[in-house]
Amino acid sequence: MQLPRYHRLRQSFYRLEGSRCENCEKAFFPPRKLCRECHSPDLGTYLFTGTGTLYSYSQMNQSPRGFANVGPYAVGMVRLDEGPLIMAQLTDVDGVDLRIGMPVEMVTRKIQENSAHGYIVYGYKFRPLLSNTTEALFSSPDAVATT
Amino acid sequence: MKTIKEVGIVGYGAYVPRPRIPAKAIATTWGAADNGSLPVRQKSVPSLDEDTVTMSIEASRNAIERANINPQQIRAVWVGTESKPYAVKPSSTIVAEAIGATPAVSAADMEFACKAGSEAMQTAVAFVGSGMAEYALAIGMDAAQSKPGDALEYTAAAGGAAYIFGPAEDSLAIVEASYSHVTDTPDFFRRQHMHYPEHGHRFTGLPAYLSHTQEATQALMDLTSARPSDYDWAVFHQPNPKFPRRVAHTLGFTDKQILPGLVVDSIGNTYSGSSLLGLAAVFDIAKKGDRIFFCSYGSGAGSDAFSMVVNGDLVNVRDHAPTVRDYLSRSHVLNDYGQYLRHSRKIRLL
Amino acid sequence: MRNVGIVGIGQVPVAEHWDRSLRDLSAEAVISALHDAGDPNPGALYAGNMLAGELTGQENVATLIADATGLLPIEAIKIEAACAAGGAAIRAAYLAVASGAHDCAVAVGVEKMTDHFNDAVSSALATAADADYEAGHGVSFVALNALLMRRYMHEHRVKREDFAPFSVNAHRNAACNPHAMFMDEISVDDYMASPVVADPISILDSAAICDGAAALVLCALENEGTFPKPAVRLAASSCATDTLGLSERRDPLRWQAVADSASTAYKQAGIGPIDIDAFELHDAFTIVSALTLEACSFAEPGEGVRMATSDAIRREGSVPIATMGGLKGRGHPIGASGVYQAVEAVHQLRGTAGEAQIPDARTVMIQSVGGSGSVAVTHIFQT
Repeated sequence: MQLPRYHRLRQSFYRLEGSRCENCEKAFFPPRKLCRECHSPDLGTYLFTGTGTLYSYSQMNQSPRGFANVGPYAVGMVRLDEGPLIMAQLTDVDGVDLRIGMPVEMVTRKIQENSAHGYIVYGYKFRPLLSNTTEALFSSPDAVATT
Repeated sequence: MKTIKEVGIVGYGAYVPRPRIPAKAIATTWGAADNGSLPVRQKSVPSLDEDTVTMSIEASRNAIERANINPQQIRAVWVGTESKPYAVKPSSTIVAEAIGATPAVSAADMEFACKAGSEAMQTAVAFVGSGMAEYALAIGMDAAQSKPGDALEYTAAAGGAAYIFGPAEDSLAIVEASYSHVTDTPDFFRRQHMHYPEHGHRFTGLPAYLSHTQEATQALMDLTSARPSDYDWAVFHQPNPKFPRRVAHTLGFTDKQILPGLVVDSIGNTYSGSSLLGLAAVFDIAKKGDRIFFCSYGSGAGSDAFSMVVNGDLVNVRDHAPTVRDYLSRSHVLNDYGQYLRHSRKIRLL
Repeated sequence: MRNVGIVGIGQVPVAEHWDRSLRDLSAEAVISALHDAGDPNPGALYAGNMLAGELTGQENVATLIADATGLLPIEAIKIEAACAAGGAAIRAAYLAVASGAHDCAVAVGVEKMTDHFNDAVSSALATAADADYEAGHGVSFVALNALLMRRYMHEHRVKREDFAPFSVNAHRNAACNPHAMFMDEISVDDYMASPVVADPISILDSAAICDGAAALVLCALENEGTFPKPAVRLAASSCATDTLGLSERRDPLRWQAVADSASTAYKQAGIGPIDIDAFELHDAFTIVSALTLEACSFAEPGEGVRMATSDAIRREGSVPIATMGGLKGRGHPIGASGVYQAVEAVHQLRGTAGEAQIPDARTVMIQSVGGSGSVAVTHIFQT
């Protein structure tokens, strides 16, 4: 990824900054300049909390060119709590049984390390939810989402 | 040293990566005997997609959760480390951007071997105490490198912690006083072109770690007219399980005082993160009114000592982010030394 | 807009053509098609191609082809719609003739993929996805489809094995097609034992990397008498789009671009799914076949796979698909696939499909899809 392009993406990559329509309040990730729902151009920045559930996943056996250093890895689609779906690498999942519906959270990790000029691209990935509320979450019988 | 404005810690956050390598796996590779003489049982290793920057980001986010402040109010982000991903390009700017503290912020990376983190703390205290800033963030974090086959390979680990300093009133812990003791003592070093550090073996003990830690501790206690028994907890730099226990006993601290702050037994030496991680472990269990003594050590050499008293109800913010214990208990043991080599980036294609 | 027909077809066998370049492949297909049409003088040439820029360092591909086939100085433009480039080239040629701009136009699709190692091709294919938010995160094109397949299996409670008939059918039909890349039939056991690329997708779920070129000659139907072979009528031509990023779809399993393109095509032709005698769909992955059948209203959501398990998709079934191998069996040289589909549709409608012939085929639908269902081009041919 080229430096200026990476620089433009840093807010969305580092912090999950997306957009929210001032008119109909729908939130979007990636950020947009035009609302998909009501076509209003009045979109402000919106910071997603980063928590969600796993919508789907796949373990990629080969990494594309430029991603070998951090691979092979699993990728997934996550249903963020605020509604949108997001595509990302999954991390901290060695030895973990992935399943659709498991709670996950965003962390900022290295995405690429051998870009053309040798700089590091950092960005969002998702890992199984780790917090000391995790115990409480799994001890409740209906806590695990089914979608 | 005391500040003009009273300063406290308003937020704290730890981070330790998930992978572990058992000391046995290292010993087997190098033909060392596993006869109970290995310094630690296992150490933490960064995941393939982690480095000092990513770990600092998570620790800082944890600190912000506990501080419950708007990151835009943070006026400085200082990362103390000896494993910067870039030799030239600050890690702190990436951290500052990722936590939402830019652009009205000062940022820099600091180096003083294992006490870079406490240097950042000392500087943050001054920044806030002078009235220049309401909040300043100090991080001590490392993904430590060690030469394969060297004794330090057993203990050079990854992890650390972040502290947000702010006004003393409503803080979690007040900084009563601090003191820095520094001499030019080359016990451990790495030239720019070297991949791995060199260390002075037994020279790192008495003339280095022990003397600087003792001098700094003694000096601060003299200045504040305090004795070890005035403190509930004590945290020292932890290069291995023996050194902090030895210096504590020499100074007159008990095992009970230092045990909660000892993380080296579980995960090894996190270098710039070591004493800061130990302090976070103490914050995870301390109560209002507890007094905490903190003294770091960094090769080169020096020690930063702090005297603190718990001011807030830590139990109210503890669960806002993972505790040190949460991070220590989540682990993924790497199968073999080869995997460890890959994770710690020691494999180079010829 | 006037009626348009196809009066000439040409194709190169799909294979790893170590001895043929992009130029060689495309020229051979075009010259063959022109010859099939009695060597007319087309007024325009539209070239469908996706990867020549990235893999061959060659843009300006339509000019290259016009030059190589002696067609200068006609209008020649490269058409790109990711993996739907072939279908899009047909649409461009159709519009050129239907509008009256030209009386005769060539649509050619060409792709040269085998000069590079797999990881470079994989990177190039990922340009069909969102460069910043999908490819930029190291999500390969196969992985995008794998995410869909896993989600489909979860929502509709189907097993991997249930997808096998898509692959088995494609290879069975390819065995009857001398231009196909794969000439051997496979079994369900072969499918289940196939190495996993990005789970749950295995090698036998996926179209392979290859080279190929196919071409059509289109003319105004009112002039069909001047050509040696009877024209096959283009009864419908439609293109529709959806979000570039898969995660931005309303429902990733509902390929709306495919649905919109198909429903417009049905309307144009005045028919419905029941009238389709054969469907050359974009079976780049087995999951795409299932999702396509649903989006084109051949099956309810979740029932697409059952069309495979019930053998409805076979030559003898109610909705034969991939009748001459499809993308899976005949091959998927990306920008050329859409034109191969058209060539095969014409063979079916002319009655020259040999062992793969669908008896009494009168209406054949073809569809080219780009990205993870982000653009779909549908054509319906009739005699």
